[in-house]
Amino acid sequence: MKYLLCFLLLAVVSFDLTARTIHTERSIYRNITIDEYNQKRCMRFETRRRSISNQACMKLNDKDKLIFEYTQSIMAGLAFNPSPKKILIIGLGGGTLPMTFAKLLPETEVVSVEIDPAVAKLAKKYFYYAETDKIKTSIKDGRVFIKRAVKQKQSFDWIILDAFNGDYIPEHLLTVEFLRETKALLATGGLLSANTFNGSKLYDYESVTYQKVFNELQILSSTSKGNRIIFACNCDNLGDRFKLNLPIKAALQPLGVDLDSLVKRLSGEIDWDTSVPPLTDQFSPANLLNQK
Amino acid sequence: MCFELLGGRLLAPYFGSSVYVWGSIITVFMLALSIGYLSGGKLSLFRPNLQKYGFIFIVSAFSLMPMIFFSEAIMDWVFERVEDPRYGSLLASSLLFLVPTAVMGMIAPYSVRILTESKDSSGHTAGFLYFVSTLGSAIGTIVTSFYLVLWLEIDQILWLIFLLMLVAGSAALLVNYVRSIQSASGENFAKPLN
Repeated sequence: MKYLLCFLLLAVVSFDLTARTIHTERSIYRNITIDEYNQKRCMRFETRRRSISNQACMKLNDKDKLIFEYTQSIMAGLAFNPSPKKILIIGLGGGTLPMTFAKLLPETEVVSVEIDPAVAKLAKKYFYYAETDKIKTSIKDGRVFIKRAVKQKQSFDWIILDAFNGDYIPEHLLTVEFLRETKALLATGGLLSANTFNGSKLYDYESVTYQKVFNELQILSSTSKGNRIIFACNCDNLGDRFKLNLPIKAALQPLGVDLDSLVKRLSGEIDWDTSVPPLTDQFSPANLLNQK
Repeated sequence: MCFELLGGRLLAPYFGSSVYVWGSIITVFMLALSIGYLSGGKLSLFRPNLQKYGFIFIVSAFSLMPMIFFSEAIMDWVFERVEDPRYGSLLASSLLFLVPTAVMGMIAPYSVRILTESKDSSGHTAGFLYFVSTLGSAIGTIVTSFYLVLWLEIDQILWLIFLLMLVAGSAALLVNYVRSIQSASGENFAKPLN
């Protein structure tokens, strides 16, 4: 036991020696740190739950590579539509997704919505996030952006929901009403991708909420950790619309993404309890349910 | 407090959960309470009695009605007209929360007047009322945020507050009625008001 403790202590100490905090930023919402370890640079939100606080990571010697499995999984959306004209991302993080799209699809307009100006600042400073006339950032609450964009009759071919507050998805971005607004902002045949977690009481409620708005869902569960990407569309027969052997496959290879194998892992299976009520603006105890 | 927490929930779909949304809500609640305290104190100068006291509760109960029935229409209206989410949320929270909170704020000073028996004990009475109302706020906050949102919809919680206020107001009116009958029948149970 003693040896085990010593070993653990040593492990912790040695980890700390290699991990280096190169910047700490106090934003109005939280403390954000930029750490470097194992040739990686990561953005973290300081919360109680260390395990899920990494918001973005980048390999220092290969900054284009997608490190997180979930960002790779989101790319499966390119098998649904390999040339979206307009993409909306709710939750900027390190700007990994918009920068990836900027390289893959130079003609595509990518709008990222981020609530915290400090996050956008750090993304530019430490993660090579750069705005152009195609890559745009809006500092707003995601729900407010979407509501306003619907009123202005805008539309997007692909909407990616990736907003996290350190604990989980903010409650008002996880309700039937919000998803209806999001669906209204999708072009006909447009795709929605949402980054979510499994393994809490919320799983059933969240799944039922998405199902209520979009009927058919395709789920891409991660192989290692508890992420899952929910795909849904403003169309019918979602499952048949993901195609294999697309030309874009080759461009994704260097990023560490095997598009065909992602598509093969998509599943339309309903493995949640469909008897629970969906979350609404009136009833959304999402964060309470999220406790394990 | 229960009401304030729900305020955040109500505004989130329209104005998000940015820090200024909470700023707006807290500003409007504080403003409303200060108006309520002042006018409640003024009102207590004119023939204070249980009947009026009960009416304050009942009026505050009914002032929740716009929140229950028209909150979406009101927020939609504001959202259409005010681009800036700071002033949007400030305007929406004023329209929704100012009146009910101000009326609820009138209760505290009026209670002091009703309960005070003499000048000497007035500090004690006021202290006790602060104790009850602040403890009530603490309980309202924890019960709402920990449990009520898990069990009930927002509108149902508002109806619950409505009912509580209505019951409290009716109880005051009932006590007042019973006392007036008793004093009419000769037994002098008049309240120890100066």
